[in-house]
Amino acid sequence: MSNTPHITRRGLLRAAALAPMAGALAACATPAQQAPTASAAPAATSAANPFGVAADKPLEIWIFDGGFGNKYATDIHQPLFKSKYPQVEIKHNATKEITKVLQPRFAGGNPPDVIDNSGANAMDMGALAQDGQLQDLTPLLDAPSWDDPNVKVRDILDPAVTEFGTYDGKFSVLGYVNYIHGIWYSQKAFRDNGWEIPKTWDAFLALCETIKKSGKMAPFTYAGKHPQYLYEPLLTMAAKIGGNEVLVNIDNLADGAWSAEPVRQAAEAWAEVGAKYLMEGTTGLDHVQTQTAQNKYQVAMLPSGSWLENEQKDTTPDDFEYGMFPIPDFTSSDKMPYGTLHTQPGESFIVPSKGANPQGGMEYLRAMLSKKAAGDFSELVRTVSVVKGAGEGRNLTPGAQSATDALAAAGANTVYYRWRTWYAQLHDEAVAATGQLMSGGVTPAKYVERLQKKADEIKNDSSIKKYTR
Amino acid sequence: MFNTYRRGLFITAFLAAPVTLYLVYVISPYIQAFYIAMTDWRGVSATPNFVGLDNFVRLFADGVFWKAVTHNAALLVLLPLITIVIALFFAFLLNVGSGGRGVGGVPGSKFYRVVFFFPQVLAVTVVAVLFQQVFRPDDSGMLNAPLMALGLGPVSFLSDPGIAFWSVLGVMVWQAVGFYVVLFSAGLASIPRDMFEAASIDGAGRVSLFFRITLPLLWDTVQVAWVYLGILALDVFAIVWVMTDQQGGPDYSTTVMATEIYRNAFEYFRFGYASALGVVMFFFTIGFAILSLRLSRRERIEY
Repeated sequence: MSNTPHITRRGLLRAAALAPMAGALAACATPAQQAPTASAAPAATSAANPFGVAADKPLEIWIFDGGFGNKYATDIHQPLFKSKYPQVEIKHNATKEITKVLQPRFAGGNPPDVIDNSGANAMDMGALAQDGQLQDLTPLLDAPSWDDPNVKVRDILDPAVTEFGTYDGKFSVLGYVNYIHGIWYSQKAFRDNGWEIPKTWDAFLALCETIKKSGKMAPFTYAGKHPQYLYEPLLTMAAKIGGNEVLVNIDNLADGAWSAEPVRQAAEAWAEVGAKYLMEGTTGLDHVQTQTAQNKYQVAMLPSGSWLENEQKDTTPDDFEYGMFPIPDFTSSDKMPYGTLHTQPGESFIVPSKGANPQGGMEYLRAMLSKKAAGDFSELVRTVSVVKGAGEGRNLTPGAQSATDALAAAGANTVYYRWRTWYAQLHDEAVAATGQLMSGGVTPAKYVERLQKKADEIKNDSSIKKYTR
Repeated sequence: MFNTYRRGLFITAFLAAPVTLYLVYVISPYIQAFYIAMTDWRGVSATPNFVGLDNFVRLFADGVFWKAVTHNAALLVLLPLITIVIALFFAFLLNVGSGGRGVGGVPGSKFYRVVFFFPQVLAVTVVAVLFQQVFRPDDSGMLNAPLMALGLGPVSFLSDPGIAFWSVLGVMVWQAVGFYVVLFSAGLASIPRDMFEAASIDGAGRVSLFFRITLPLLWDTVQVAWVYLGILALDVFAIVWVMTDQQGGPDYSTTVMATEIYRNAFEYFRFGYASALGVVMFFFTIGFAILSLRLSRRERIEY
């Protein structure tokens, strides 16, 4: 923040204005139209420099300083970029408050060049896209990859990345990490107690019963304060029962998408877990508290994603051995086979179109997608990147290995949903309703009815931009 | 003549800076908020579209916002009532409640006076985080540990939608009481001692002392407290946002107007709509202020 003093002032004013009139931003609240900064003519393009990066133009980078920290940017990505463009001055910044710090920069017409727009305080991608603030990254997909001029960047990426990063038909958001969702457990605890990975829902319930009876630990928990941790397996299960179109319909706000039978069945299944097998006090605990309880062997299983291992690295016992398994088969007539996974690109990098050096920004992303950068990243932050094969031959931790294997086993049977980022209001309603579902406050039938109602409300609200997939 | 001119210049010089600051940083944002409320601004665009009163029409159908309004209304009634009753009780005990001969506080009243003020010294965020731990639903929660030791199941202070609102109210009362104990103590100090002495010589007990002397003579101060606490109840934000699950949950059971404004602005990026909510809240607050000033006109008791 040191080189941009006016941001602090704006942030301060915004905070001050929040009190009785939260709507009023500050003296400088109303956006001011600014003449677009005339960007210097780009340098000539070539195979080695596909975007025409100027050799001496500074590059301003903002990294979300969350679970992965920001060391990967300063120690891995930036040195790699510098090795090719030694004269480019990189201005590295890290923050947990992406929106507070950077939103005024967009409104003021001078955004930085690369942003890791992630975390709970990320800026709304839809709002940025709607306003044409995101650089079209299609040239990046079609550019030769950093390592091999004969292979395009598009071909080394997990296909979900392009799907997820496309707003209004333009690829504009690069997810860098491949989040793999599942049920997480301690391989050691399961081995020591002779518990087996359940392949069917009946086996899962039986396992919960066994664990409960054993008295050694509680069978199941989730981040009760953040019920989105639970609607994730619920929806993955609905997709497994009814096929991928269940999630597509929900994303498209299709009529009756939530009240569809597979969603209700999944809600019923998880409500039963909520009623019988939750660790005591679950509803009042957050993700850190429940995950720490698991590290202390107080609870056997919880739903989470492949960021879990890195997030818990300080409290995990050395022999804990994280592992994950996919959602069990609900019945033998599920539309999708055993092993179906919910995967989703995360850590979203964007290049603002109105920044001073968008060419440099795209080149920085191209460097990040090199095998070396992605592999070093995976090792440093114990996770799976979107670059195909970047984890090969690397020393992966048990959890990352388990997730990588599950992904390989799933093959093409991966599902995802996007309504969570498209319709934040629906997300909040789902969070509230899922919490109620798990504590018995609403029945599964009422649960789907409530979410259907909210989805219909959003569908009929002309001020909310609609997306389809 | 020259002196009058000098004096005017002197006053103007001193007033210019604060008035300018007030105009630029208070009045102007208010006016801008009214304008933003009539646009579809999402926070990043340089050219928001004017949409007239659309946001206000939408607001009337917003169930969550009206739920928030009812919570503010409940706080508006309960927070001043409970806080003032407790604070009066404590202030009375600390100052004139000794009961025995002479007028003074209960033993140790100097110590309590300091202790009661502690919560006021803590930042609201600190209080919120502190109470998250106090309310923890397992045996490391300060309230649940003794309850569980007694064999009563853990109470979900913050995660049961039926209880969470009362937990929020409890914390707000806890934090506010200390200040009003001090305020009322100051009020009590300005009541001539001989009134209490005369009354106790005539055989008045603690109860009649309180209702016949203390309360009537403190009425002005109580009214001031009522207005302050009412405003506190209307613009409560940080306690709810930091302490409750899902920032106003679970299931919107603790949400208030300010949290909905924040949510719409900084989570849904609907700055126009959030400003419309802000405008509505502005009128609620102004309305309360006018109403309470009207109602509180009452003859002063001169002594």
